[in-house]
Amino acid sequence: MNFELTEDQAAILEAVREFARGELAPRAEETDAKGEFPWENVRKLAELDLMGIAVEEKYGGLGADFTTWTVVGEELSSACTTTGAVYGAHMLCVYPIMLFGTEEQKQKHLTPLARGEKIGAFGLTEPMAGSDAGSVRTRAVLDGDAYVLNGTKIFITNGGDAETYVIIANVDPEKGARGLTAFIVEKGTPGFAFGKNEKKMAYSSLSNRELIFTDCRVPRENVLGRERRGFRVAMETLGLGRIGMGIGAVGVARAALEYAVGYSKQRRQFGQPISSFQLIQAMLADMATEVDAARLLCLRAAWLKDQGRPFEKEAAMAKLYSSEMAMRTTTKAVQILGGYGYTKDYPVERYMREAKLFEIVEGTSEIQRLVIASHVLRQAAES
Amino acid sequence: MPLRIIEEKCTACGLCVRACPYDGIAVVDKLARFTEQCNVCGACVAACEFEAIAVEVTHTADVDPTAYSGVWALAEHADGALRKSTLELLGEGRRLADALGVPLSGALVGSGVEPLAQAMIAHGADTVYLVDDPLLASYRTGPYTDVLCGLINTHKPEIVLVSATPQGRDLAPRVAARLGAGLTADCTGLHINDDRLLVQTRPAFGGNLMAQIVCRTARPQIATVRPNVMKPAPRHDARTGQVHRTPVHLDERTVATKIIEVIREQGDGGANLADAQIVVSGGRGLGVPENFALIRELAHVLGGAVGASRATVDAGWIPAYHQVGQTGRTVQPKLYIAVGISGAVQHLVGMQSSETIIAINKDPHAPIFDVATYGVVGDLFEIVPKLIEHLKNRG
Amino acid sequence: MNIVVCIKQVPDTTEVRVDPETNALVREGVKSITNPFDENAIEAALQLREQHGGKVTVITMGPGQAESALRDAIAMGADEAILISDAAFRGSDTLATSYVLAQAVRKIGAFDLILCGKQAIDGDTAQVGPGLAERLGIPQVTFAIELSVENGKLRARRVLESGFEVVEVKPPALVTVVKQINEPRYPGMKGVLRARKAPIVRWDAAAIGTDPRFAGFDGSPTWVVRVFPPERRAKGERIQADAETAAKRLAEVIEGMHLSP
Repeated sequence: MNFELTEDQAAILEAVREFARGELAPRAEETDAKGEFPWENVRKLAELDLMGIAVEEKYGGLGADFTTWTVVGEELSSACTTTGAVYGAHMLCVYPIMLFGTEEQKQKHLTPLARGEKIGAFGLTEPMAGSDAGSVRTRAVLDGDAYVLNGTKIFITNGGDAETYVIIANVDPEKGARGLTAFIVEKGTPGFAFGKNEKKMAYSSLSNRELIFTDCRVPRENVLGRERRGFRVAMETLGLGRIGMGIGAVGVARAALEYAVGYSKQRRQFGQPISSFQLIQAMLADMATEVDAARLLCLRAAWLKDQGRPFEKEAAMAKLYSSEMAMRTTTKAVQILGGYGYTKDYPVERYMREAKLFEIVEGTSEIQRLVIASHVLRQAAES
Repeated sequence: MPLRIIEEKCTACGLCVRACPYDGIAVVDKLARFTEQCNVCGACVAACEFEAIAVEVTHTADVDPTAYSGVWALAEHADGALRKSTLELLGEGRRLADALGVPLSGALVGSGVEPLAQAMIAHGADTVYLVDDPLLASYRTGPYTDVLCGLINTHKPEIVLVSATPQGRDLAPRVAARLGAGLTADCTGLHINDDRLLVQTRPAFGGNLMAQIVCRTARPQIATVRPNVMKPAPRHDARTGQVHRTPVHLDERTVATKIIEVIREQGDGGANLADAQIVVSGGRGLGVPENFALIRELAHVLGGAVGASRATVDAGWIPAYHQVGQTGRTVQPKLYIAVGISGAVQHLVGMQSSETIIAINKDPHAPIFDVATYGVVGDLFEIVPKLIEHLKNRG
Repeated sequence: MNIVVCIKQVPDTTEVRVDPETNALVREGVKSITNPFDENAIEAALQLREQHGGKVTVITMGPGQAESALRDAIAMGADEAILISDAAFRGSDTLATSYVLAQAVRKIGAFDLILCGKQAIDGDTAQVGPGLAERLGIPQVTFAIELSVENGKLRARRVLESGFEVVEVKPPALVTVVKQINEPRYPGMKGVLRARKAPIVRWDAAAIGTDPRFAGFDGSPTWVVRVFPPERRAKGERIQADAETAAKRLAEVIEGMHLSP
């Protein structure tokens, strides 16, 4: 069993780490406070070939594997959670096109996404369809050479700033999940508008907009995969997204841990640095162990995916554990900083607010538990 | 003779004659030949476009150090006066010359600089070797290297001191490479040891380590000396000495560097950093670039210059010529006030010779407090304005 | 434009410490990095190539480990990298180093420009660039903060003691650059992967024809006879008080110095 990254993976990680530390981290507070999409950071990611890590070279990508995509995700999230989130959400548009796109679709849509010339987003969630993905009500009706879309999506990350969207609509609502169909929709298509950008508990610079489809005509050739195969597109995409969310949670938890360690060595009470107190040490030990465990779960899931093996259960475990771990870890970080940790002068309260997101998006912890349990019970039934 | 004409390659084009400042080479019978005036300055070697002049480099081990005697200080001048750094070279040079029992000479190169020869003598030189020519009015690497090498080869000093200024650090390594001499950069300490060798002390590794260097046989021993560290020589107008003029013929066509424009530093309204007696420096602790106004105000009230840490210069808060530190400038004022500066080694190296250091920083563990004569742990945004008030009221 | 960039791999001197017992440098855990000023030189070369076309060759004299610095340069975009390495070069001071580099540059052949960082952050001498220019018989421009090619000539703005000067030289020439000349680019991932597989040319003493008397210890007139940590200043006074009292005390101290402005 080899726990090392390959040399290529390590070289990329090293290069991204330097960039993240030098360029993203020093401005992370500012990026968050601005309340604007981090165009400058994303442009830099594109320049460094980071927006298409797992995409084949012939489509403008780096041709690397998902493990590489995952370790890079941790670095970006740790340095600047907003940038990490944009990076992760972008992949949710890239990946389904990689898996299900026709050659024409890949040429047309995948290449600009992989090059970072366009940002991507994935539109599944609706006001009445959160965990219950089968309840998607955005309607798609075939009319000649196009499908006409009507409906609303909410909370869509990168919504409004992305140019390319993978949208899950329903051609046959009575069939529920079996009517779902995936479409590629470009910003600027008539009838495709943006609504409210959510004011959230954290991530004020992350766009989470409403997508509003009003008689929006989407050409037939933009169906991704096949008609009525949209549920599978969604599940595959969310499957990868779990790893992305997991490692994003690891990133923010690691940032909180590193900050708390540094602080505990500087802060003196009772004549000593607080890092010399056992109760603080216990917290730091738990935090470090958990961050490490979460990372390993994420990397293991990514590795399985790279091997072409089933990874749904492992990805769900990674997402479940990492997100809850991030909440625990960032909370402990605030605790270690005490009163100062509760103020906005220090980043840990932001990390804690940001960590909460990971327990909800891309399949809540509750959904992850159902997924894991169903695998566990099925495997038990088989043996 | 270390220079040799490769006869097969020589085309008798005369470029070497044009380049030679000393009438040391002439074309005779369709071949370039060296004359008695050649002092091996080396100008012809670079000028020849056919590589027809070979240099036979004397290996270090074959040099006879006893053939070299005397301590030289190379002058740097501006606006008709010797720079303070030159006075420091003369002060240090005097000490070394006395320790060796040899004369101290000045090397003075420029245009219309003859009066400065007297100034060098007044500051301690026994002899001044003067080369005065209109083409030497502004420093340029080529002619200054040729002239200085010619002087050194003719008069053979055992030690040559050059200021570690941009000019000195441009010139000295070129001269050293041409002569095969040993050069030590940016010296902060010099002394003669029992073997009559110059021991050169200088910082390395960003100031984390001091190194002592000697040059056993190669001559001359050349050292560039960090400005604002040594004591300047006092002036005694009654002193007398000799001025030795060497005529040169320089040809503008052979000078590789053309100076297009000279831009004088726009001061910040404050005194020039290099010579300032009082320096107030700001660091990252200021938070935002606008807060440099506090530093400027304090400097203004004290009549001092404004300095900056590398972090603030890198962040673009203040122009680079304010930077104090290993890769910036060294200052040696009577009073140095470090505001919001942590005191990384690289910064300390640039100011730790200041007579009195006051440090204001909110971090009690900041390394700046290790060198501060007076250290205040506190909020600079409260302390500095109050300090300014107090100074204004008393003054 | 044919550009040669000379780089050096150095310990990160912001991390280096001296062991107070042995007076030796504590190198453990200190990363080896490309000399920061040399990264500015590489960036300047890449920008000139982007504007004028041509080739960027990066060379370094060093031990085998220095290869990683060359790979970093290729990741940034350099076309070719050459490691000049031989046991015979060990112990070289700046004079011997410029000799070895000159031999290597002669083997490379024709070039328009040699770029160097202004100084290495371990030696801090700033001597190798000018020494190299002298040996190659080409003009030098030191401390360049701006560099451009205009009408076939190199134009540079140099940092002086108090101000700047703008100079022009005809190539081939050597230029040393200061930090403020540019922001070195981060290598893109395509560059990183390419660099991992790139062939690094290795030249030893025989390959570049160095005379052993002029390289290594033998070719170095200067010797380091002793190293020691810098002197510490005497302990100062810590003023522990509120802002008002502290400010008053400082004003007193300053007034007491009787400094004329």
